Amino acid sequence: MLLSGSGKGQPGAVPGWVGYALLPVLNLVAAFVLSGLVILVIGENPVDVLSLLLSEALGYPEAIGYTLYYTTDYIFTGLAVAIAFHCGLFNIGGEGQAYLGGLGAGLVALALTGWPWPAVALLAVLASALFGGAWAFIPAWLQAKRGSHIVITTIMFNFIAASIMTWLLVDVLIRPGSQSPETREFDPGVWLPSMDRALGWFGITIPASPLNLSFLWALACCLLFHIFLRRTRWGYELRTVGRNERAAVYAGISPSRNIIIAMLISGALAGFVGVNEILGVQHRVILNFTGGVGFVGIAVALMGRNHPVGIILAALLFGVLAQGGGQLSFDYPTINRELVMVIQGLVILFAGAMENLFKPQVEALFRRRGTTATADTGRG
Amino acid sequence: MEDALLLTLQLLGATIRVATPLVLAAFAGMYCERSGVVDIGLEGKMLAGAFFSAAVASTTLNPWLGLLAGIAAGVALALVHGFACITHNGNQVVSGMAINILVAGLAPTLAYAWFQQGGQTPLLPNQARIPAVELPGVDALAGVPVLGPVYRELLNGNNVLIWVTLVLVIATQWVLYRSRFGLRLRAVGENPAAVDTAGLSVTKLRYQALLVTGALTGMAGSYLSTGHGAGFVRDMTAGKGYLALAALIFGKWRPGPTLFACLLFAFTDAVQVRLQGVELPSIGVIPVQFIQMLPYVLTVLLLAGFVGKAIAPKASGIPYVKER
Repeated sequence: MLLSGSGKGQPGAVPGWVGYALLPVLNLVAAFVLSGLVILVIGENPVDVLSLLLSEALGYPEAIGYTLYYTTDYIFTGLAVAIAFHCGLFNIGGEGQAYLGGLGAGLVALALTGWPWPAVALLAVLASALFGGAWAFIPAWLQAKRGSHIVITTIMFNFIAASIMTWLLVDVLIRPGSQSPETREFDPGVWLPSMDRALGWFGITIPASPLNLSFLWALACCLLFHIFLRRTRWGYELRTVGRNERAAVYAGISPSRNIIIAMLISGALAGFVGVNEILGVQHRVILNFTGGVGFVGIAVALMGRNHPVGIILAALLFGVLAQGGGQLSFDYPTINRELVMVIQGLVILFAGAMENLFKPQVEALFRRRGTTATADTGRG
Repeated sequence: MEDALLLTLQLLGATIRVATPLVLAAFAGMYCERSGVVDIGLEGKMLAGAFFSAAVASTTLNPWLGLLAGIAAGVALALVHGFACITHNGNQVVSGMAINILVAGLAPTLAYAWFQQGGQTPLLPNQARIPAVELPGVDALAGVPVLGPVYRELLNGNNVLIWVTLVLVIATQWVLYRSRFGLRLRAVGENPAAVDTAGLSVTKLRYQALLVTGALTGMAGSYLSTGHGAGFVRDMTAGKGYLALAALIFGKWRPGPTLFACLLFAFTDAVQVRLQGVELPSIGVIPVQFIQMLPYVLTVLLLAGFVGKAIAPKASGIPYVKER
């Protein structure tokens, strides 16, 4: 799964970029062709709709800001799923962990009115990591110590998180005298500055958008992710457990310890969605602010081959879909937001589950060309 | 006494009605997981079944055509899952997730485009719904203590699909353990290489299993939208597919325990509906959200305590690659 497009060293090997670039692009094209069919079925012109989707996501600076704001969420959840993958775990609970992470960030922002924003931001990041990590810890512990199926427990924890958050927002944290289930708005002093404001301090003007400083934190997390996995002993142990649990045991590495560490980091990363959404954009804790980011993270991690650079690119793709797709409903009365989920589902299906769909044909093509090429050089 | 009996019977009746789609979905999952294919796409297949059943039933006013459409939708998605996981050795969990997300978007999108009612189908008139079975002699037995109320509350007026489910449960027990197909199915989930060596096609067996899965999930969806309910509404499966999967794991992939797990989940659900807003002695009113999460908490507790290590069919989740 991790190494599709390998085959290096074998006769007639396919160049690496085929596995990392050409095949994913072919799969994407297939997903978009099928999405086009769905758009045809609901009675619109697929070419018009899809080109509008692209221009609404990347066509002008403000749109790019929105797209990168969605991308931020997807980088966090993509990294979250990826770190669990590296340890051989399937974390489907990113949704609940992100939700709880938002609660952590929100509580900090509510409590620290009047503090300078950098201090609040730092503490909110810590709190969201703590809350998200804690929510991942229980399924991790159950998997490590009791052998409970982590896929099932993390799914159940998504439902439990949703119930708890609804209760908190309806009965406990609700702004007094308010009807809608949300907390009071945070003091503007503690908001995480938006990118246009932050760049404004340096005299750079960009159009206003929800893009905020947490985007930089997401990029930093990508770097930290890479260093942790590839340059530290902990990362090495974690990957060893993911590759071969028995071998890890013989090497004196404790699988259960690493399962818990991987899930704690995973939950913390998913929790950072709360910083972007709650501290950076909504400025209050609201219902369902996660809206499926945890599930998209699975696709992002898969398409990004669990590598930070791949994850950034895949997150960008899903950011484009989220922003462009969301805008479609304004221009087409027959299209609603759910169309985005259709496209997302097809992209996940083709790029994630059917990643080998075109592999035999493409490899055959390259082998044929490869043999003629070597024959040519041989003659010369 | 009479009241307590009536209350118990009503709770049990509700349990059966809530359990039916869970049982259908969990048994659907049993076929494919026993064949070595993990399916977390039960939810999506159910939702597709629910939508296409309701859509066809509301246009044709024929519930049986609706049921067929639901089954066809389930089977079609199962084939997609099979194409990804069996033919192309794709990641089974990812394929299932993709199907769930796809259907969660597709059903409201199509509903919106076809019916223009904000992502749901029109309310089905009675003739477009799968009927209930009225048993004979309800009035005659009414006077008999215990038996009368049991007959009236528990057995009479159940949907056709509830009885079909009952038959399917018994049939599954037989098919899995007494039939040639079942023997091969269990073998292919434990050791596909051995089955392959015996000259049977792993691919074919797994596709057959998935066909059954698709049909049963489609039926489960159909029950939700045209049997139990009267039309499709957005997100009407509400996690039942995942709960069915949990029941399957809790039941250790065996018919009897899985049925029991489904009934248990359904019972907590029936109880939670009753408990909403009721003042409990010394505790007071429990917030409704806590009651609603009862089945999920129960699942986690059961998985943690009762079942211990859930041992799946050995080849489950691993694509079979024939030796060359």
